Amino acid sequence: MINLVYNEMIKIVRKRRLLIIAAIIVVLVALFTYAQMKRVQSLQEQLGTTDWRSQLQQQIIDTQNRLNSSGLSEEWRKFLQIRLQQQQYYLDHDINPSAPGAPTFMRMFAENSIDLFIPLMVMVIAADLVSSEASGGTIKLLLTRPVKRWKILLSKYIAMILSVSFILLSLGVISYFISGVVFGFAGWTMPLLTGFSVQGEELDTTNVHILSQWKYLLMEFGLVWFVSIIVGTLTFMLSVLMKSTAAVMGIMLAALISGTILSNMVSSWESAKYLFMVNLRLTDYVSGMAPPIDGMTLGFSMTVLAVWGLVALMISFLVFTKRDVY
Amino acid sequence: MTNGNVTLVVKDLRKKIGKKEIIKGLSFELKKGEVFGFLGPNGAGKTTTIRMLVGLIKPTSGQISLCGYDLHREFSKAIRQIGCIVENPELYPYLTGWENLEHFARMVPDIPENRISEVVELVGLQNRIHDRVSTYSLGMRQRLGIAQALLGKPKILILDEPTNGLDPVGIREMREFIRFLAEKEGLTVLVSSHLLSEIQLMCDRVAIMSKGKIIRIDTVEHLLAEQERVIWKVEPIEKAKSLLEEETVIIGEEDGTLVTYYEADKLSSWNERLVKAGVKVSEIRTKLPTLEDLFIELTGGETID
Ligand SMILES: Nc1ncnc2c1ncn2[C@@H]1O[C@H](COP(=O)(O)OP(=O)(O)OP(=O)(O)O)[C@@H](O)[C@H]1O
Ligand SMILES: [Mg+2]
Repeated sequence: MINLVYNEMIKIVRKRRLLIIAAIIVVLVALFTYAQMKRVQSLQEQLGTTDWRSQLQQQIIDTQNRLNSSGLSEEWRKFLQIRLQQQQYYLDHDINPSAPGAPTFMRMFAENSIDLFIPLMVMVIAADLVSSEASGGTIKLLLTRPVKRWKILLSKYIAMILSVSFILLSLGVISYFISGVVFGFAGWTMPLLTGFSVQGEELDTTNVHILSQWKYLLMEFGLVWFVSIIVGTLTFMLSVLMKSTAAVMGIMLAALISGTILSNMVSSWESAKYLFMVNLRLTDYVSGMAPPIDGMTLGFSMTVLAVWGLVALMISFLVFTKRDVY
Repeated sequence: MTNGNVTLVVKDLRKKIGKKEIIKGLSFELKKGEVFGFLGPNGAGKTTTIRMLVGLIKPTSGQISLCGYDLHREFSKAIRQIGCIVENPELYPYLTGWENLEHFARMVPDIPENRISEVVELVGLQNRIHDRVSTYSLGMRQRLGIAQALLGKPKILILDEPTNGLDPVGIREMREFIRFLAEKEGLTVLVSSHLLSEIQLMCDRVAIMSKGKIIRIDTVEHLLAEQERVIWKVEPIEKAKSLLEEETVIIGEEDGTLVTYYEADKLSSWNERLVKAGVKVSEIRTKLPTLEDLFIELTGGETID
């Protein structure tokens, strides 16, 4: 089995997939670091001070102003109110929510890329794991070895998990070092609040507690990893079912993008919450953002994702071990 | 079930895809050290049969046993006996030839360290083995494909159209190499082809396939000898024709000659009859038909490209 996984890893590495992904991450992180730097600068110019308290105060005033303006949709108003409560909480308790620093940047980068960017990178690895063997004809050589088919597929699945873990690790490392150069490397022990939950329109703060940033980060990266594995598994299934890598990518891309769109507009279509793509933003539960549909919780979303993943895995193995190869 | 010499046994093999029966009950046995040819026109079912033999597709019914191991009950042991190329020799283009071989060697238990260099030498690919496969010519890929097939020291080698796309020199080399493997290394080799001359030159036995059935299995010599022809150069041709028709079947007629089947004990009496009737017989010669003639006869003139 180790030999088989080793084979698969060699193929992924020699196809330069990991290198390309790392390069994309470097470029994007550099881009966002720059954007973040500009934002901080312009905020400072606007406020004429570097004091985060007045920044936060300013944000609160901004939010209040937007709340007072007319023509706001009900959902948006609700969201802003929750946000306002949260910001007020930070201010009252003297906690800087976005103290720049590499760990903070890492956290924000992970939170913002969990539902599209990271799944996209995972897709690049997983989409052609099986379909490329089928379209390249090498599947015939692979399946005429004295190895059971399920073992071959399992080795590919393990290789996918390893690659996904590698991607997340490099995402962490790259974003830490690049942003660290600009914002400094400090901030691991900064206290953050978590445990917000949204009950109807109220921000429920009964479970709110303080967590140092490194624990918070660990938690979020755990969730990002979980989401990545599920997206990887779904892509993997499509890759088993289809010969064309382009088709696999197309379908996954459509699903992911529709997920980000749906999240913004499905609050009244309740059963949409069973779709995997509206459940991808697991980190929002940690940071206390309102879920797209009432009643969604971290446990709920993880269960939905796990079910989708398990079903996909079962289909993959059933089809792969039974199928005639032409 | 098998004696020591039989390496591959197929019994009543059938395959249905959808409602269409593509393979309609094949049975044959292959022996150690022989080159066996699968000959058939496009769409006869050669590739489909080979895919079943190597476990890529599941037969609807029938049995396949390789060196005594049933392919479906003892897959790993059975498949260990086989090396194969199905259709084109497709390898990983982004790896070097050597890495490809390493890759497949890792999938088979206990392949000795030096086996890779051994097979590379056997197929004569030493000079380019560390280049990427994407830079290989078709002939080199074919060789690498064979090297890959030989890696696990198989007892049976299955090659689907091994000479497809090779130049004449390449074809001859491939042919000699296949004969070498069978004669010197004692492998059983199964090759498929729709090139009749190929099969004729390299195989010991042939199965002629058409529309999912085997219509003949025999040694190449038998198939040809049995159908040896006689060519008569006679005058007047019309008279000779009517006389010969009473004795045998006339299978051809072209510029002053008639072609009949050969029957050793009757040839002189036919001749006598012609001469007595005043026909001038200026030449009688026998001729071996090409497998091509035979093939067209057997498949009823189906096109073969
Ligand atoms: N996946 C499939 N679905 C349906 N029919 C198929 C499939 N694969 C093959 N066939 C049919 O099975 C028959 C045999 O095909 P096969 O590829 O075995 O022929 P072949 O003898 O290898 O021909 P060729 O000399 O052209 O390679 C053909 O009529 C083909 O149309
Ligand atoms: Mg074929």
